[in-house]
Amino acid sequence: MTDTDIRRGTRKAPSGGWRRAVVREISRPPNAVILRLEVPDRVDHWPGQHYVIKLTAEDGYTAQRSYSVASSPDDPLLEFWIERLDDGEVSSFLADVVEVGDELEIRGPLGGWFVWTAGAPMLGVAGGSGVVPIVSMLRHGIHVGRTDLLSLAVSARTRAELPYADELAAGGARIVLTREDAPDGRVAARIAATDLAPLVGEDGTCFVCGSTGFTGAATELLAGLGVDVRRIRIESFGPSG
Amino acid sequence: MATRGFVGKRRPPDGVKLPPGQYDVGRDFPVLTAEATPRLDPDLWTLTIDGLVEHEHTWTWADLHALPQSEYRGDIHCVTTWSKFDTSFGGVSLDLLLDAVQPQSEATHVFVTSTTGYTTNLPLEELRDGRAWIVWSHEGKPLSREHGGPVRLLVPRLYFWKSAKWVTRISLRDHDEQGFWERNGYHDLGDPWLEQRYQGD
Repeated sequence: MTDTDIRRGTRKAPSGGWRRAVVREISRPPNAVILRLEVPDRVDHWPGQHYVIKLTAEDGYTAQRSYSVASSPDDPLLEFWIERLDDGEVSSFLADVVEVGDELEIRGPLGGWFVWTAGAPMLGVAGGSGVVPIVSMLRHGIHVGRTDLLSLAVSARTRAELPYADELAAGGARIVLTREDAPDGRVAARIAATDLAPLVGEDGTCFVCGSTGFTGAATELLAGLGVDVRRIRIESFGPSG
Repeated sequence: MATRGFVGKRRPPDGVKLPPGQYDVGRDFPVLTAEATPRLDPDLWTLTIDGLVEHEHTWTWADLHALPQSEYRGDIHCVTTWSKFDTSFGGVSLDLLLDAVQPQSEATHVFVTSTTGYTTNLPLEELRDGRAWIVWSHEGKPLSREHGGPVRLLVPRLYFWKSAKWVTRISLRDHDEQGFWERNGYHDLGDPWLEQRYQGD
């Protein structure tokens, strides 16, 4: 199987229906929550896929949001890193109210476009919470022993605000910080062509994930470096709580 | 199944009806895209309607602007669960264009293609009777690039991924063929009121 097969649709990404997941582990990095769920009868995802989490009130009112998976398919638990937004109906509930042992209704895996299965080289360029699907790809690359296929650049305002910063740094990601100098001496600045130029290869897919502003800027930089835009896959999001 | 402790703090106000699972995004207009945003020159862009029609036709930017203009004012619904109320888009009604090409009686579906290669599929009837437009303005201003400018399809009755940005071809067919998101697990019709988000809904 290769990523070309996925593009041609000759091999479809897995998809699963509704499940009742049990929250097994919770950690709370600044302005976020990491939930690790046990999913009965789980359909294993491909790195880059997402799930829907649905909350239901006693009177039947529901709210649901999509979240990218952070774990690799071999992880027995399913991990999500969720940014906590103050006015976010779902994210603030997940961050503030959910406890270990709670049940959550989830649906997935979903999405078959922004996926990487370690079949070809990839470049991941992600900002803020957009690093989450890239982390799943990195973890999968490590699991199957193909980190040679991965080139990563990740961006946040500060290192403390970068999700999975230590893991990404250990995985060789270029760390781009906009409000402070990076440990390697990079001066605080938005992502630039000089960050990406050493990472751009001759082939493979470029996975760009982050806010609309970030993905737009990163795409322009890649195009400026001669990357055929048909190699670029984008997952962008505006504010959603 | 009720979720322990969940009350819900973003319910729509009394009297406002939202499709199930949607919330009001307010003044925001989030951007969703799967591929690089093109810079389209309106003078080089064309729209073609072909396939099972009596008279295949291609319109230029100027051709479309010479037609009677039409506005949609109402709500739009994105499958990622935001809805935007009472917004407006301007352009031409697709009824005008379909009347010009005269669909053949066997035509049941359309396959829509954008300049980027993005595709989507819809039943032909979803484009008729005042349900669909080709639009180039939003809230009275030129449609911005990230929202599909200079020109996009608008089918507000369905989830918004059906409203293909940078539309350039609408092919009428006697069968349904899945487009980009539909091949990737999303629903063939996408009716928000029936919550048809994914295949099988």
